[in-house]
Amino acid sequence: MHGMTTPTALTVPTALTMRAVHVVRGGRPVLRGLDLTVRPGEIVALLGGNGSGKSTAVQAAVGALPLAAGRVELFGTPLPRFRAWKRLGYVPQRSTAASGVPATVREVAAAGRLAHHRLLPFRRVDADAVDAALDAVGLLDRADDGVESLSGGQQQRVLIARALAGRPDLLVMDEPLAAVDTAQQQVLADAVAAEAFRGTAVLLVLHELGPMRGLIDRRVVLDAGRELKPDTGCCPGPVGSPADLTATIGLLA
Amino acid sequence: MNGLLSHEFMRNALLAAILVGVAAPAVGIYLVQRRQAIMGDGIGHVALTGVALGFLFQTSPVWTAVVVSALGAVAMELIRAHGHARGDLALAMLFYGGMAGGALIISLAPGASMASLNTYLWGSILTVSRADLLVMAVLAALVCAICFGLRRQLFAVCQDEAFARVTGLPVRLLNLLLAVTAAVTVTVAMRVVGLLLVSALMVVPVAAAQRVGRAFALTQGLAVVIGVLVCLGGTVGSYYVDVPSGPAIVVLAMAAFASLAVAGSVLAKLRSPRLSRSSASDRPRTGTMAAEVSVREPQESR
Repeated sequence: MHGMTTPTALTVPTALTMRAVHVVRGGRPVLRGLDLTVRPGEIVALLGGNGSGKSTAVQAAVGALPLAAGRVELFGTPLPRFRAWKRLGYVPQRSTAASGVPATVREVAAAGRLAHHRLLPFRRVDADAVDAALDAVGLLDRADDGVESLSGGQQQRVLIARALAGRPDLLVMDEPLAAVDTAQQQVLADAVAAEAFRGTAVLLVLHELGPMRGLIDRRVVLDAGRELKPDTGCCPGPVGSPADLTATIGLLA
Repeated sequence: MNGLLSHEFMRNALLAAILVGVAAPAVGIYLVQRRQAIMGDGIGHVALTGVALGFLFQTSPVWTAVVVSALGAVAMELIRAHGHARGDLALAMLFYGGMAGGALIISLAPGASMASLNTYLWGSILTVSRADLLVMAVLAALVCAICFGLRRQLFAVCQDEAFARVTGLPVRLLNLLLAVTAAVTVTVAMRVVGLLLVSALMVVPVAAAQRVGRAFALTQGLAVVIGVLVCLGGTVGSYYVDVPSGPAIVVLAMAAFASLAVAGSVLAKLRSPRLSRSSASDRPRTGTMAAEVSVREPQESR
């Protein structure tokens, strides 16, 4: 935004593009040439066993880890030059939303507006967005409760509300269902579906599909740091095969 | 009380107490939030070397303490941020080094001895001069501007660094700023509570406030109020009963913690029935899945 987007963003409307991404952690290659594309309105699930590199892949996608090789683009802008952070919503893998000092559900979720108001005061529009995000995950009535008084699954929903509060165009979630029981998983699945319907691109790491099964447009299965096989024809989503095709190009780069 | 305020040294002392009572909990809450309550202690130890250097070079110990403790705090932050497996050992050595360095240097300083350090180790608020007060006021104003002005930013960084980075916050810069701010606070507070107890004033009012507060902003405000009250109380106490101000203030803070812990448990009992109220009907706005959720919430089905 504000002239940040390059002309390529107009011709290739991808929210996230990863090309031949290699990541090394502790001297060990964890990602070995991952290609991944997520388009607006598309929900992509990243699956794979423990140590397959799922979590590393999303961390590399949001710039939390340095790349050993390859390229990541957010909305057509290479990651090192990306500054439009308000377009990105991120749910890191965490077991709790609590910290050493009490904070309300609303205070934790309000951190999702920082990319919007920056150093300026938190305004009405920010407060409204936080309330809407809490409503979307069904926690608006708990907004003034201490976050540490919530169950693990509810805390996970607070972290998702924090990401939604920024009204992102790309939502990246690392195991959002980890601590969440089946009933609450359905709530989150509905919230994610509503976001994608709005045109948000969604990339989520999942251990199992669960209630998300019907929503996923495309599954990418990782094995030892690269895509195991393209999952074409399984779940044709609103975007369909062109995205699948781009994801498979350069698979063995 | 009028007699108390007729002495200039007492007026200075009470002003110093207010400055420290505000600044120490204001920054301390972020250290507690990050479960780094012990960091203030470490900075206090390192600051001792700075104080001793001031005696050695015969300049103001406050300024040398600011510089040395800021360097120490930055070193601690770098050790933490890099997450070294042996980080705790590195921190421990920094603490010991600060303490031993201070004791060694002071014995080399002309006309100074271990006794000169006592003022700084235990605090001596009644000897705060007008010039000291001016320096303290400027530094405390700086600390408060950062801790209150950047509350949302520092809250986000201390609560969840991975998330803060992805909202575009300069996480490394904010962490270093917080470390330096904590170091400045230690040197502001050392005349009042002493380097050995300075960390207590950063931590105990926060610990006391969080027994009753559920919101972060409220907890911070309450901690500042508690900080000011115990600092004023300890200062007045050390005037009437001839005791060092630092221990008096810290003992009062502990008492505040104990009484608020009791009040907090009573408050929790009073609050708990409120959770059982039905929420689906008085929801100001209905979301796509609001109705389904409230049925599933175990707290609300009671």
